[in-house]
Order: sequence, then C-alpha cells, then structure tokens
Amino acid sequence: MRVSGYAQGEVDLAATESTAVEGTARPARVAETSGANLRARQRRREYALFAAFVAPNVVLLAVFSYWPVIYNGYLSLTSWDLLSPTKPFVGFANYADMFSDPDFIAVLWRTLWFSGAIVVVSMAAGLAIAMLLNQRLFGRNLVRTSAFAPHILSGAAIGTIWLFIFDPSYGLLKAVIEPIGLTSPAWMTDSAWALPGLIIVYLWKNIGFVAVVYLAGLQNMPRDLYEAAKIDGAGSWVLFWRITFPLLSPVTFFVAITTVIGTFQAFDIIAIMTNGGPGDATTTLSWYVYQQAFQALDAGHAGAGAIVMFVLLLFITGAQARIMERRVHYR
Amino acid sequence: MSMIVSERQHWVVRAALYVALLIVALIALVPLYWLFTSSITPSGEIFQFQWFPVHLEFNNYPEAWAAGPIARLYINSVLVTVVGAVLQISVAVLSSYAFAYLRFPAKNVVFMAFLGAMMVPGAVVLLPNYLTIATMGWVNTYAGIILPGVGSVFAMFLLRQHMMSLPAEVIEAAKVDGASHLRILWSVVLPMSRPMVVTVVIIALVEKWNDFIWPLVVTFTDQMRTLPVWLLTLKNTEGFTNWGAVMAATAFIVVPPLVVFFFAQRQIIAGLTQGATKG
Repeated sequence: MRVSGYAQGEVDLAATESTAVEGTARPARVAETSGANLRARQRRREYALFAAFVAPNVVLLAVFSYWPVIYNGYLSLTSWDLLSPTKPFVGFANYADMFSDPDFIAVLWRTLWFSGAIVVVSMAAGLAIAMLLNQRLFGRNLVRTSAFAPHILSGAAIGTIWLFIFDPSYGLLKAVIEPIGLTSPAWMTDSAWALPGLIIVYLWKNIGFVAVVYLAGLQNMPRDLYEAAKIDGAGSWVLFWRITFPLLSPVTFFVAITTVIGTFQAFDIIAIMTNGGPGDATTTLSWYVYQQAFQALDAGHAGAGAIVMFVLLLFITGAQARIMERRVHYR
Repeated sequence: MSMIVSERQHWVVRAALYVALLIVALIALVPLYWLFTSSITPSGEIFQFQWFPVHLEFNNYPEAWAAGPIARLYINSVLVTVVGAVLQISVAVLSSYAFAYLRFPAKNVVFMAFLGAMMVPGAVVLLPNYLTIATMGWVNTYAGIILPGVGSVFAMFLLRQHMMSLPAEVIEAAKVDGASHLRILWSVVLPMSRPMVVTVVIIALVEKWNDFIWPLVVTFTDQMRTLPVWLLTLKNTEGFTNWGAVMAATAFIVVPPLVVFFFAQRQIIAGLTQGATKG
C-alpha cells in the first residue's frame, strides 16, 4: 500500500504538477504560440504592406521598362510594318541583314566614336575644370553655377541655339573663328563637320556636369594622404597620378557610365540640328532605331536595333565595372 | 587640389588660373547670352554680327508667340510636367519608404531589379511603349504622355539613401506610440526628408519639362505637343530663317528651368551629383 500510496502520492504529485503545469505553463505556451502567431502575422502584414507600397512602381517599371526589352526581342524576330494584323516570324534575318549592311556597321562605329569622344573629352576637361574650381579663387562658385547651367536646359533648345551659332554666314562661331584667320566650315550641312559639331554641342551640355561631380569628389578627399605624400617629397604630378586620380575612380566610374548612357540616348539635339544627316553622317544607334520604327515603319529592324543597343550598353557598363573593380583592388 | 594651395602661388600662376576661370565662364554663358541678345535684335540687323545689340526690338516675342498655339503649348508643358512630377515622386516616396523600413523576403534582389531598369535606354523602350499606349487608346492624350514616365528609379534611390540615414530611434518611438506605417511616412519620415524631396521634385520637373522624344512620338496634333517638340515642328514647317523669332521661341522654353535653377541650384546640383559620392 505504501508503495501504491507512494505511487499514488507520486501520481497525485504528478497530477498536481500537471495541473500546476496546466494552470501556468499552458497559458504561457498559448501566449508563446500566439506571440509567434502575432509576430508571423505582423511579418506577413509588413510583407503585404511592402508589396502594396512598391506595387505602383513595380508595375510601371515592368510595363514601361522591362516589357519593352522583351517585346523588342520578339519584334526583332519578325518582319512587321506596324499596320498589318500578322507579324510573320523571320528568325534572325533582321540581325543577319543589319550586320551584313555596311551602313549599319557605320552606324555602330559612329555611335561608339560619338560616345567615346564625348566621354574622354568631358572627363579630361571636366576634371581639369574641377581642379580649377577647387582652388581658392574669387568667384569660383559663380563659375561653378554657370558651368552647370547648360546641363539643365532642353536638348531641343540647345540644338536650336547652336544651329544659329554654327550658321556659316551669320553665326557666332564664324565671328569667333574668322578673326583668327580660319574659315568657318558649313558645320551641320557638311557631312564631314556635322558629327564633330554635334560632339561640340554635347560637350557644352555635359562638361559642366562632369566638372561639378568631380568637384564633389575632390572635396571629399582625405587631406592627410596629401600631407603624408608631400612630406615624402612627392611633386604635384605624382600626387595627381598616385593619389588624386586613383581616389577619384568611383567618381570616374559614375561619370563614365552616365555619359555613355546619356550619349547613347542622344536624340533631341540630333533631331533639331541634323535629322541624322546630311546623308546619314549623324545617324547614331538611337536615331537609327527611331527612324526604323517611326519613319520606315519597320518594327523588325527597329526591334533588332534596340536589342543591339541594349546589349552594347550592358557590355560597355559591365566592362567599366570590371576595370573599376581592378582599380579598387590595386588601391 | 586646394590642399596644395597652402603654399603661396606665384602671381603668374594665379593670374593664369583666373584667366582659365574666365574662359570656362565665357564658354558656358556666351551661347546663352547670344540667345537672349538675338531674341531682342531687329530682324534686319540679326544678320550682321554684333556682340551688343544696337537697337532693342521686343517684337520677336509676340511674333514667336503668334507662330503657333503657344498658350496651349505652355499649358500642355506645364500640365504634363507638374502632374508627371507629382505622380512620379509619390510613387518614388512610397517605394523608397518600403525599401528603407519594411521587411520583405529577398528585398535586395527586388532592389537590384529596380536599379536594373536604369540600364534600359529611352530609344529601346520607344516603339513597344508606343504600342502599349496605343493599345490603351491613349495616343495623343495627356495620360499617354505622362504615364510611361511615372515609374521611378533614380528619385527612389536618392530618397531611400536619405531615409536610411535618418535616426532609427525616431521611427521606433513612433512605432511604440502605435503609429501605422502610413502615419509614420506622412508625419515623421516625409517632414524629416524635406530637403531630399525638394531635390528630387525639382529634378523631376526639369527632366519632364525638357522631355523630347517621348512626347514627339506619342502626340501628333499641334494642340497636344509640348514646347520642346514644337521647336522641331517650327523648324520642319517654317525652317529656321527668322532667327530673332526662333531665338525668342527658344527663350520661352529655356527661361523656366533657368529660373528654377537660379533659385534651387544647390538642391539640383546636390541631387544630380549624389550618385557619384554616395552611390
């Protein structure tokens, strides 16, 4: 009996324990699970809220930025005049056609030349101007503002102003060039001068922007590095190539990317100044795509041109990112 | 390299620097000066080059105004610009708040997908977007001009960067007080982000005012054009022969952004150069 009593007591104990457990621990577990539930519910609510907040932007970007890339890919495999109800599938014929056409190859080289010239000159001139504006000179803020101003103007307006400046008989440039003893070229109506002319206009719009970006980079430079290098007896040439330029490489990267994308998109200035001409002397890739789509009504070639442009840009910016990475490692 | 300036520069060096400074300013400003002086030069004198207009003539402006439905074009441009910018920044504010403060699985992947949209250039989206808008029946309407430009990456990115720099305690305190996220966004985060919001709004306004290729493609009547597109129409129909009036027409387009830039240059420059130093 004792045993059983004991056992009973034990059972009782266990019973009381279990009631005790029932009394306190169960609600605690309930609280725990409901706490977990609550947290899960909260998390789900937050996810839903996130989705709701980004939804307008996601939908718009999907429809107007990503879908066009996919749809261009499809259009580039068809031959369609934008009007007929069917889009006959032609495979890669449009691409084959374009890459065997010397005119299109010329468009590609022209685009790279236009973009490359503007990137190189605006970075060199922009950095030089930034270093000038970084000196303690009277009136430098005024000059900074003036140099930046062209960047915010409409490309169509800039094109119009420069068309007048380039005017071979009445233009401002003639008045500047002729006293030096040079003759003013016909600029926009001369196929040899039209593209250089456009490059000049684009540089006018872009250099001030590049300079101001570089200036921001220069002003963020750590001074102690310079002090240390100067104590080591480094001259300003060495300081520039060993310290300033490498430290500015993120800025250079940013400027190169934005300028490449900007020049690949250049359209308004070309539309106003040359219409892609004379002949096709100023037909860059973006003008080619526009022309194929809205003047030749050739969706296949427009789509293929757009895809070539997209891939080329991805490739160029990817390459720039690689170079940039190596710079940082080197540093 | 202002660090090196601490040693005193030779006066010849300083003089050369000032000359360079002057040249930079002249190159930037002379074309604009030429625009405004040409626009007030009488048409008989515009073909003789002169640095300073001898006779002032303000008739070019009424003449340019009469050359097209400018009042209507102005309304179009202002409407498309303001509505477009407000919608774009609203969309940007909502998504930047989500990226800065709300949890979501693989949020960074979503974010990278957003940034990727910056790599899609305007010429690539042109034809498909035209077809999309045509399917919606919105060609030659305000909605058609505005809608494709409402999605936002750059403004969203700048706003998110700014929001992430705000002190977390303030947002936590608002949460403890039981404020909803919309409430926190509206009465805590937005007021604290005002400088950045002003910056992105101004940049959006300037960009939309200057937008050219999309309004050109999606509109086809003079009544629906915007000001920059009308310049092209003017050139194609009448040719740029009456330069005084053409320059006056250009001034109509250039003056609003210049005025905005004059008052808000600090914000504009800070915003447009942010990507470089804080990217």
